[in-house]
Amino acid sequence: MSVWIAIAVTAVGCYVVKLVGLLVPAEALERPLVRRLAALVPVALLAALTAQQTFSTAGSLVVDARAAGLAAAAVALVLRAPFLVVVASAVLVTAGIRALGG
Amino acid sequence: MAEQTVPADPPESSPPAGPAPGTGHDRTPGSGTGRTPGSGVGGAAVAADGPAAKPDAAVVRDALGVGIAVGLSGFAFGVTAAGSGLSLLQTCALSLLVFTGASQFALVGALAAGGNPFTAAAGAFFLGIRNAFYGLRLSQLLALPRAVRPFAAHWVIDETTAVALAQPTRRAVRLGFTVTGLTLYVLWNLTTFLGAIGAEAIGDTNAWGLDAAGPAVFLALLAPMLRTAAERAVAGLAVLLGLGFLPLLPAGVPVLVAALAAPAVLWFKGRTSGRGTADAVDTRTAIPGAGRPGSDSAGTAPRGEGAEGAHKGRGEDSTDGGQRSVEEGR
Repeated sequence: MSVWIAIAVTAVGCYVVKLVGLLVPAEALERPLVRRLAALVPVALLAALTAQQTFSTAGSLVVDARAAGLAAAAVALVLRAPFLVVVASAVLVTAGIRALGG
Repeated sequence: MAEQTVPADPPESSPPAGPAPGTGHDRTPGSGTGRTPGSGVGGAAVAADGPAAKPDAAVVRDALGVGIAVGLSGFAFGVTAAGSGLSLLQTCALSLLVFTGASQFALVGALAAGGNPFTAAAGAFFLGIRNAFYGLRLSQLLALPRAVRPFAAHWVIDETTAVALAQPTRRAVRLGFTVTGLTLYVLWNLTTFLGAIGAEAIGDTNAWGLDAAGPAVFLALLAPMLRTAAERAVAGLAVLLGLGFLPLLPAGVPVLVAALAAPAVLWFKGRTSGRGTADAVDTRTAIPGAGRPGSDSAGTAPRGEGAEGAHKGRGEDSTDGGQRSVEEGR
């Protein structure tokens, strides 16, 4: 049930935010401070989420095969691989290491 | 800053022959009068002052490229969500109703980590706030009737914005937005469904390394956003906060704490350097990461070692092809 609550809250929140952008007069959100924050908050969230989903299991910090997978994704990004290749390389490397008993 | 970017838009909508008779607004998609696909008439008139009319086929090709590449990654979401314990119905509901990839992954990740529904939703919501800023820009470029906006709003995401902003004319903007939105929405939901079914079929998704898909997606979204020192500092600080508080706070909360890295870095910058540099940053981030997903899928932009490598900072700033095309589009 709590999952459905989360889904409902997220769906409504995300939709309202999209709609606000289309409906609100530009000046309201175009203030420099607001814009700078809006640009930087996603950076912070994505960085924290990336780190957490790579280095945590059930609330504790761990280093496992996912770290190698993420490193592979980083290499793919540096090499300018397409989006899907980036994700696939992370998955394949992680699976490979686990298959080898890592 | 705001004043500089806003006026940049109207001329952008006028390049094609339209402006003189004042019928510019009526060039709805499909009303291909005389000067449709790059027809020399309208195009030549404006060839001198920048982007001229772009053939519809080229717009559609760009839009399909982004839509298909990113749409296919719904498979990763479906697998991740199912692997995190969500039901097929819940997984598909997220893709149908939320339709903002990063927020969906964030929500699923937070729920899987045991977060309560509201902190999990808060993280996803904050991640979705950038869409409001995309909408601001798109509302000027698309110039949609108010009645249509509630329907168009659902498609206001990274990818549609990136494609739309890169177009030279209003007709192309509308076409790019619509084709990208439609392709992505259909494919993303289809592949979410297939991924969720597949995840159930293959059993232990972790054995297949599929738990690495989520972080990899985030990294791919993040990498092109790390252009300035401020952005890298925010990323580095956020990683420290997110991991540091992870063992201490309930699931979902550390990510929200990590979001404070953004105001913290801004405040610190404000103290150390004057307004001048702050404004310089603002120019570059006026459209938060708009060039990002398009460039991801086109395989041009991504760079950076990722979250952990963020502190190391790499000097290169100007190689972001996607961003550049967005700049040109304005």
